[in-house]
Amino acid sequence: MIDELCQRDRNWHPPALAEQYKSSVTRAPHQPLLSLPGSESELTGPTFGHDDIDRLDCDLIRNYAQTGDPIGERIILHGRILDENARPVPNTLVEIWQANAGGRYRHQADGYLAPIDPNFGGCGRTLTDDEGRYSFRTIKPGPYPWHNWMNSWRPAHVHFSVFGTAFAQRLITQMYFEGDPLIAKCPIVSTIPDQAGIDQLVAVMDMNATLPMDAIAYRFDVVLRGHRSTPFENRPEGN
Amino acid sequence: MAQRLDYLKESPSQTAGPYVHIGLAPSDARIDVYRRELGRDIVGPDAEGERITVTGQLFDGLGEPVKDALIEIWQADAQGEYPGKEDNGFCGWGRVVPDFDTGLFSFQTIKPGAVKAHNGQLAAPHLSFWLVARGINIGLQTRMYFGDEEKANVSDPVLNLIPEARRNTLIAKSDGTSYRFDIRLQGDDETVFFDI
Repeated sequence: MIDELCQRDRNWHPPALAEQYKSSVTRAPHQPLLSLPGSESELTGPTFGHDDIDRLDCDLIRNYAQTGDPIGERIILHGRILDENARPVPNTLVEIWQANAGGRYRHQADGYLAPIDPNFGGCGRTLTDDEGRYSFRTIKPGPYPWHNWMNSWRPAHVHFSVFGTAFAQRLITQMYFEGDPLIAKCPIVSTIPDQAGIDQLVAVMDMNATLPMDAIAYRFDVVLRGHRSTPFENRPEGN
Repeated sequence: MAQRLDYLKESPSQTAGPYVHIGLAPSDARIDVYRRELGRDIVGPDAEGERITVTGQLFDGLGEPVKDALIEIWQADAQGEYPGKEDNGFCGWGRVVPDFDTGLFSFQTIKPGAVKAHNGQLAAPHLSFWLVARGINIGLQTRMYFGDEEKANVSDPVLNLIPEARRNTLIAKSDGTSYRFDIRLQGDDETVFFDI
């Protein structure tokens, strides 16, 4: 028997269709999702090991550098991956990607006039430790304009991709920075229905983890769906 | 007031955006950064089973191909076992990036065996799909079944939850060892997506 997951609270997540985020209008399914009982097909998932990644992968200041360090505020992003039962998720893959300090992505589809930084790729990955902790070193991304309304700007953000142990726990989200006035104006942020949900995506400055004369730290925890504890659940073979 | 439950809330999803490839498939964004990218070979070099090719496209509500998506696949091996129980070198997980100009995707894998369904019966062979893109606020989960597994499909407990008119949206057309699986985000033939 394989552990079931807690029901995903769809009212806590953004709805598929959020009109203020125009791209969602033609890409949101209209039919209701089909609720499936959990089975091996989605309650299992891929696992990764230290052979899969290198030590430098989590250092965005050095993992792409050609001639020196990238331009920008040096920062440390760290935190824990937990589940809804507040248990750490160990040994799980965390991947991030972001714009450079000027708000430009190294991607053929990004035509923003801010320059590419020759020393910044913009991606990193790591595995959590036994207590679910992860840490990246990077530069703080800049805000950037995008085509939604005439004058839409994304707050500075870092994209996070997290696995857990089940394919149905798979999650992509974005991390914002404490104090950014653009958070309250962003039509992607505001797809999240509850202010407490938005607050959950805002990293807090962490002086205790800050490296003096080197890099300011921000702390950001990610919560994945939890497993249901089922000591009294009726099971087919027991009935 | 009652006592308070102390569960945490799952972090809310946010769209993967149009630059998801930088993070999850950097070489597709022409970023040479990792010694080895993950998910580039779904089955591993030594996997047993019938080698197959799956091609398809994602379409939006206007019928336009979606050209900035990223798809992940999760599947059982040819015996219907998911990776993790024994280390036989089978990976079972991979990432697929549709072509930036056409939205066409194509990947090679092996055909999985029948796996256990939630009720202990056998499920028809299938691949689990998870897809993200700009405009998709939370990753979409679906499955691809095989058009040449008619008998197994008829008794599959998940396909049987779906009204007959929409069941075919999850069944790939077969042509020998090639399969065609198109995914429609909206419209008359909207693909069935799951809440699991």
